[in-house]
Amino acid sequence: MSDTVIKIEGLRKQYRLGTIGGGTLTADLQSWWAKKRGKEDPNTKIGTNCAETGDSFYAIDGIDLEVHKGETIGIIGANGAGKSTLLKLLCRVTAPTEGTIRMKGRIASMLEVGTGFHPELTGRENIYMNGAILGMTKSEIDSKIEEIIDFSECRQFIDTPVKRYSSGMYVKLAFAVAAHLDAEIMIMDEVLAVGDVKFQQKCLGKMENAAAGEGKTVLYVSHNMATIRQLCNRCIVLEHGKIVFDGDVERGIEKYVGLGNVDYKPFYDFSDTKRPSLDHGRTLFVHSLTFENKQQAVYSSLEKMIFSIEYTPNVDDENIGVYFSVVAMDDSPVGTTFSGIIDNSKKGVRTKKTLEFDISNLVDGTYYFYLDVFYTNEFGTFNSCDHPMEKVFFEVGKDASTSQWNKRYFGNIKLPSLKLVGQK
Amino acid sequence: MKQRKAEWDVVITPKRKWYSLNLNEVFRYKDLIILFVKRSFNSQYKQTVLGPMWFVINPLLTTFISTLIFGNIAGIQSDGIPYFLFYLVGYTLWNYFSTCVSTTSTTFTANAGIMGKVYFPRLTMPISSVLFAAINMLVIFAMSIITMIIYMLKGCSIHLTLNILLIPILMFQTAILGLGVGIIISSMTTKYRDLAILVSFGLNLWMYLTPVVYPISDLSPKFRTIILLNPMSAIVQNYKFALLGIGDMEIKYWIVSQLTTIVLFLIGVLTFNRVERTFMDTV
Repeated sequence: MSDTVIKIEGLRKQYRLGTIGGGTLTADLQSWWAKKRGKEDPNTKIGTNCAETGDSFYAIDGIDLEVHKGETIGIIGANGAGKSTLLKLLCRVTAPTEGTIRMKGRIASMLEVGTGFHPELTGRENIYMNGAILGMTKSEIDSKIEEIIDFSECRQFIDTPVKRYSSGMYVKLAFAVAAHLDAEIMIMDEVLAVGDVKFQQKCLGKMENAAAGEGKTVLYVSHNMATIRQLCNRCIVLEHGKIVFDGDVERGIEKYVGLGNVDYKPFYDFSDTKRPSLDHGRTLFVHSLTFENKQQAVYSSLEKMIFSIEYTPNVDDENIGVYFSVVAMDDSPVGTTFSGIIDNSKKGVRTKKTLEFDISNLVDGTYYFYLDVFYTNEFGTFNSCDHPMEKVFFEVGKDASTSQWNKRYFGNIKLPSLKLVGQK
Repeated sequence: MKQRKAEWDVVITPKRKWYSLNLNEVFRYKDLIILFVKRSFNSQYKQTVLGPMWFVINPLLTTFISTLIFGNIAGIQSDGIPYFLFYLVGYTLWNYFSTCVSTTSTTFTANAGIMGKVYFPRLTMPISSVLFAAINMLVIFAMSIITMIIYMLKGCSIHLTLNILLIPILMFQTAILGLGVGIIISSMTTKYRDLAILVSFGLNLWMYLTPVVYPISDLSPKFRTIILLNPMSAIVQNYKFALLGIGDMEIKYWIVSQLTTIVLFLIGVLTFNRVERTFMDTV
């Protein structure tokens, strides 16, 4: 399990900013001649600052990494963080500027599905072609071709040229080939973005299997956090060509979405906060929210969350209620709580109400909500009057009963426990 | 420490020794080479009515036009060989060479899409181009043999000799020379696209510096030497000699040509080897 299969040391990749020559010999000569005469380079792109050309830029800036056998690593980061460059270096598409990469076993890269597909060839011929490009020998493909065709769900069309395929079929076929590689290390860049949901799930399943069952190592780049969460057991966050986080997937995603450094402030002032519409805040205005008796909005699951809100109604005699939807840090809604009627409005009177929220069902983690205050009638129909657009964060701490809790499978809510009933 | 190093299958470093060619790897991908050849073959004449028949029709047409223009209109000598056969034989290896050069010279630029996405030994691409071109050449070779037999039956004085055994060597040398020149150009076109344009022009010129459409015996001795210093001349001339028995066997120039071939091939492979690692950044 702890066998190192990839070892990266001090990896850097430099790219030159600006134009790399004019692309043609004449253009290069032109630039050289212009420089010689002290004139402006005729090949500089309009708008580029001349001082910038010749500068260099590190797409990968000093990465050290060890990957062990059987790990599935999700690589996330903003555009331009160096994810794809890293994969390109690993796949040997281009060479690093500094540092070394050592790898054990065969590498299958899926930087793009369908590489080497030729539109004129049939599906079957392309399976052989693509397989060979990815490093399989003919006999290996022979032994797997039936499996590949089945996986691709394209059996009916397998002897038709792929130029007649729909884009979905094309991708399915391509992925089927890639997924059946006998490689020890699989490198995938955003390949599941296409294909229908069912097929995506099938592919992820196949990958999970490959990692867990066959001990393959998977490196996966995606902007789709749900697939990262499903597939990966380790997460690397890249920023400006450096690894800024390496470890647990949930924490990594938190870090990436920018919630890793959430400020659990105890007081929110909503007086200048944006509202979703001009109507909001007109009939009632919420001034603030305060988590009571807290320096930080961090709770243990045994505690009750107590907070107060201050508001000023603009109309008389309406029933006021409060509700909010608790959302987990990956933006998936967890649940919604309603207060019932807490007050009867008096025009122009600034009121403060304190509320209690039972969080014992929430599993540890960071959550947020948007506060919403509404008017309601006796039949329960309600009408939102203020909704400050600021995320209110709070954290629920770990407790002993959820130490084994895996959110990916269990969800964010701990349902009431099962009880044994008397048998008749 | 040495033991530990051997554990790794792949070690990627910024610089590679100039002599580390990794030919083992190319050999391991032999199935890929075969498939590339098949792919070119299958895709070339897909959706054509005549299909592979074009392999025969193409050279027939070229030869026919040459017979008409160089033979009948311009009246260039052919050493007493029927024009049609003379040009067919002349074109066999020259055609092979020029196809090799023009197809391998676009290796990087034409396949940047594939090569930017997946790693395989880049040398497999030009090798497969050369092998694919060989099919075409062998077809023309077979056609020349058939034409010879027809002319022999008609009573022309053409004799097959044991010299015919030289032909495989000449074909092989052409392949190596074509590959060498092609990959030198392909390595340079990653940065300078101008060369790609010059290739077809250059090949045209080169053809006239090679005794393809004229017999070497027609030239004055001074010209002869210049022409024969061109590595393709000795090949084409010796091929004509081996097959048709015309002219002389140019042993001296052949050795020069062989040395040139080896040097060009080595330069080609080494520059290719240098360029292939990072060409994606400049192409």
